[in-house]
This record gives sequence, structure tokens and C-alpha cells, in this order.
Amino acid sequence: MLVDSYRFLPRSFVPMYADAQPIDGEDEPVWAEFVPRLADSRIALLTSAGLFLNGEQPSFDGERERNEPTWGDPTHRVVPSDVTTAALGMMHLHVNNEDVLADHNIALPSEILAELASAGVVAGTTAHHVSVMGYQQAGLDVWRNETAPAIAARLRDDGADGVVLAPV
Amino acid sequence: MPVLARRIEAAGIPTVTVTMMPATAEQLLTPRVVGVEFPFGHPFGQPGDRAVQRTVLTTALRTLAGASRPGTRVDIDLEWPQPRGEAYKAWQPSEPSPIVAMLLGGRG
Repeated sequence: MLVDSYRFLPRSFVPMYADAQPIDGEDEPVWAEFVPRLADSRIALLTSAGLFLNGEQPSFDGERERNEPTWGDPTHRVVPSDVTTAALGMMHLHVNNEDVLADHNIALPSEILAELASAGVVAGTTAHHVSVMGYQQAGLDVWRNETAPAIAARLRDDGADGVVLAPV
Repeated sequence: MPVLARRIEAAGIPTVTVTMMPATAEQLLTPRVVGVEFPFGHPFGQPGDRAVQRTVLTTALRTLAGASRPGTRVDIDLEWPQPRGEAYKAWQPSEPSPIVAMLLGGRG
């Protein structure tokens, strides 16, 4: 079965995505081989839900996006892998935030990953997971040239053998 | 998100991307893709649904470890439990996003 990529997308948006083309400089395949056995690997998670530690980290900048609708905050937040739903805030103006704030595992399945580590499916989780705010148009260059290298460096420091990304 | 996945992959860390829009992820040359036919905001399923969350994450991990070439795509054969119309309304923000508001009538 193939997933219908447009099942829940407003119909007027479909033409914007149906013929999506790689941007300049992103038009060749990239590949890093996954080397260890899964059971020996340490895994990180990366969500685009705009999650942050409520009261400890700044929110993503929704006010600027309201004033500049083609801009999305290109920064990232690092959260501990044992974070709880109650500790998280969410700033994402493009989806209903209610369900993620009820159970962050639907966007950042940190508790499920910890369970899989306990069960031996993977060796462990990294000490941290990463959150970005996924709406990027005018901020895309910052994402490519600053945010992505910073996230990769953090994942490397945390000993990640692989990362599961989940756009919302 | 394809750009982030590609940049992290290019830095030497293997990635897998769980997405509601796997066709778009493929077109944008995302290295490994797991597709779910779920409403936006819910890549791992419904709140509290540990069984589905585990199924999606396990499939992602198996794809991360088992894919042999760029462009690998695995779709998960799970149907969203709500009727489409209901789920379509439920995932939308309470007010249009700034870009949608701007496109709809210059209210941005």
C-alpha cells in the first residue's frame, strides 16, 4: 500500500507539493551507512513540532512570523531525552497543538524509544533530543548553513549512531 | 525537513524521516522515508496510543538500520481511526497560519 501524501492536505495546496523539486545544492542523493547492529546503536530523535522546555528555554518566535508570514524561526532547542509532556511548550502556528501537548510522543516519541531501549531493540537513546519549528521559507538558508551543522555536531557529541526525524 | 535530514546525513549521521507526505520527501531526495497516512501534527499516531506509536517508531528504526540505498521508502499500512473530514478539521490550527491568512486575503 502506498500512503496518499495529500489525504489530509487542503486541496488548494496540492499543486504546491505535487511537483516539488529539490532546491539548488540539494539535488544529489546523500547517504551515510548505518554501521552497527540496531541492538548496539544509540538513537536520537528530531521533531519539527516547535517544542521547548517551558520556562527554561525561549519559545520559538511566533510573533515575528505573525509580522513576517514567509519567515519561520530557524533556531533549534535541545531537550533531555527523559523530558516529560508536562515540561514542554509548543510554538507552531501551522497545526493544532492540542494533541502534542497532551502526549508529546506523537511528535517526539522519547518515552517509546526509552521503552525500546529497555527491551533491547536499541542499545540506548542519546542524552538529548532536538526540536525545530518546521515552517521554513525565508529562514531556509539559516536552517541549511547554521542550524543543521549545529544539530549534527550535537548529535555527534551525544554519540548518535542514527536519528529519527519527524516533521509535523 | 528534507533539507535538515540531508544535511545531517551529509555530516555522516544516518537519518530516517517519518512523514505524512512521503511522496514529497522522496521528490526532495530524503535519504530514508517512512510514510504514514495520518493527519498533520501526528507522525506517530494519536495521544496515548502506545501500540501505534511503537509500530511507527519500530518501523522507522528497522528502516534506518536496514535500508541499503538512498531513496528507500517504506509505507506503514495503518488507517487513521477518525473519518477523514473530522481528522482534517481537527489537525488545523484554531486560526489560519500567518502565511495562509496572507494568501487568503492580505490579512497577514
